Amino acid sequence: MTNAAIEIQGLTKDYPVGFWRKRMCRSLDYLTLRVEEGETFGFLGPNGAGKTTTMKLLMGLIFPTAGTARVRGRSIDDVRMHREIGYMPEQPYFYDYLTAGELLEYFARFFGYSAVERRERVTRFLELVGLTTASDVQLRKFSKGMLQRVGIAQAILHDPQVVFLDEPMSGLDPVGRREVRDVILNLKRQGRTVFFSTHILSDAEMLCDRVGVLVGGKLQGVGAPEELVSMEVLGMEILFEVRAGSAPPTSMAERATHTGNRYRIEVAEADLYSALEELRSCEARILSVAPLRPSLEDYFLKLVGREKALQPPTEMSLV
Amino acid sequence: MSTMPAVVAVHTFREAVRDRVLYNLIIFALMMIGGAILVGEISIGVQQMVIVNLGLSAISIFGIIMAIFIGVGLVHKEMEKRTLYSLLAKPIRRWEFLVGKFAGLLLTLLVNTALMTLGLTAALYYVSRTFERSEVAILVAVYFILLELALITALALFFSCFSSPLLSTLYTLGIYVAGVFALDIKGVGEYTQSPAMAAGARFVYYLLPNFHNFNVIAAAAHGETIPFTLIWHNTLYAALYVILILVAASAVFSGRNLK
Repeated sequence: MTNAAIEIQGLTKDYPVGFWRKRMCRSLDYLTLRVEEGETFGFLGPNGAGKTTTMKLLMGLIFPTAGTARVRGRSIDDVRMHREIGYMPEQPYFYDYLTAGELLEYFARFFGYSAVERRERVTRFLELVGLTTASDVQLRKFSKGMLQRVGIAQAILHDPQVVFLDEPMSGLDPVGRREVRDVILNLKRQGRTVFFSTHILSDAEMLCDRVGVLVGGKLQGVGAPEELVSMEVLGMEILFEVRAGSAPPTSMAERATHTGNRYRIEVAEADLYSALEELRSCEARILSVAPLRPSLEDYFLKLVGREKALQPPTEMSLV
Repeated sequence: MSTMPAVVAVHTFREAVRDRVLYNLIIFALMMIGGAILVGEISIGVQQMVIVNLGLSAISIFGIIMAIFIGVGLVHKEMEKRTLYSLLAKPIRRWEFLVGKFAGLLLTLLVNTALMTLGLTAALYYVSRTFERSEVAILVAVYFILLELALITALALFFSCFSSPLLSTLYTLGIYVAGVFALDIKGVGEYTQSPAMAAGARFVYYLLPNFHNFNVIAAAAHGETIPFTLIWHNTLYAALYVILILVAASAVFSGRNLK
């Protein structure tokens, strides 16, 4: 068994809501999770699922109602744990009056680096996130995407073994997303553990060894993306082309979608050969035949839909 | 010994300087120049007294305004803007952050007060063309103002840990005003016939920081010698009070869930 980078045991968080008659609203419900060393773990879930709450609990920004968590064997209450982790909050915001270089220099001081080491690190990490030319610009003048990059730079500035990124791709343009993906892949190559939350399922599918889906504060599923997504074939997709002026077989015309004389149709697996035979008889040109399998998105939407159908967010009276 | 508070303190000082907090020195300089020219018209014996009174009062008022208005935002601003999130993920304890913030603002106030004292000394030299031994009392008065500012900063920081800047300003200002009149509160209790009222007033008197003892501006203006016992008594009193308030602030802040 490999070593656990993150061990979460029964982590629960209740928030008081209301002014006069306070009730408790459960934002995270008995989360138990283990992330191995060197793993890239994607934390998925809709808005309000409890992803940011989990991150904040692990960072010690808020305190759990129940449960414990350890990062690389150290309790989250232990300040020494923070030497081994890096954290980028959701929509990071930094001191307006500092430049990107000054901010990183300030944060580097907390790790006891010498002045030379600090300068070297600031230069290296600004370069890594593509902000070398903006190092002397005050952060108040930064765009959202640039702040996101500074957020990543400050999170990995001290070469942490475990990196927590809360929605690292949000607000980024395609180039920015690509750069963040490259940073995560680079961390993965270096054997670091990356724990990130995201809404963008394609990124999770591409980057993660495993994902966890959180809905309504409850962990609904954990596993490798390919394990979670069933290999069951939902149907077959046929792409075909008919000659100019011709029409597809009448039995398919209603169900097919087309652009010009190119058509796409979904048929049941059992009907594939009869459909192909029909297309051959009307001299259609088959472009491709592919099985339709559920995606991570389908799995995610199924869980979200099921949870919503079952119950509203858990609430309980204040004892 | 942890170096974390020092890192935060230097950053807080830099923040204040970049926020153009020290611009108040320009107003102070203009006041001193104007005051010096104006008292030039007054009879020679009173010139120094007026300048010292005006200068020390200005140093005190400017310092109090800065301590309260910057102090109440020290923690609240970082929570509101969520700059604390990235910071507290670093290996720093919450009490270290608070002590750093306190020390940073105190450093700002120290530099501000030192520069204003230089301005006051220059104005005094302008009117008398000489430095006198009685000016040592001015330095003691400035030292007491700094002790008073340390107490106010600690109070503002304490309230900043759990309430909005507006409420924190009101609380800090309220305690400051009550602390200035602490002796009178005790006196009122003693004048009443009710032992309960007298005991209550005495309790409030001991609970409130006694700011009255830090005000030696009139004595300094008259060139009186400030007793050494008062100096160390005030130093000890302020140090103990500041430590108590910072411990309470740390206890509140360490258990607080950040939004």
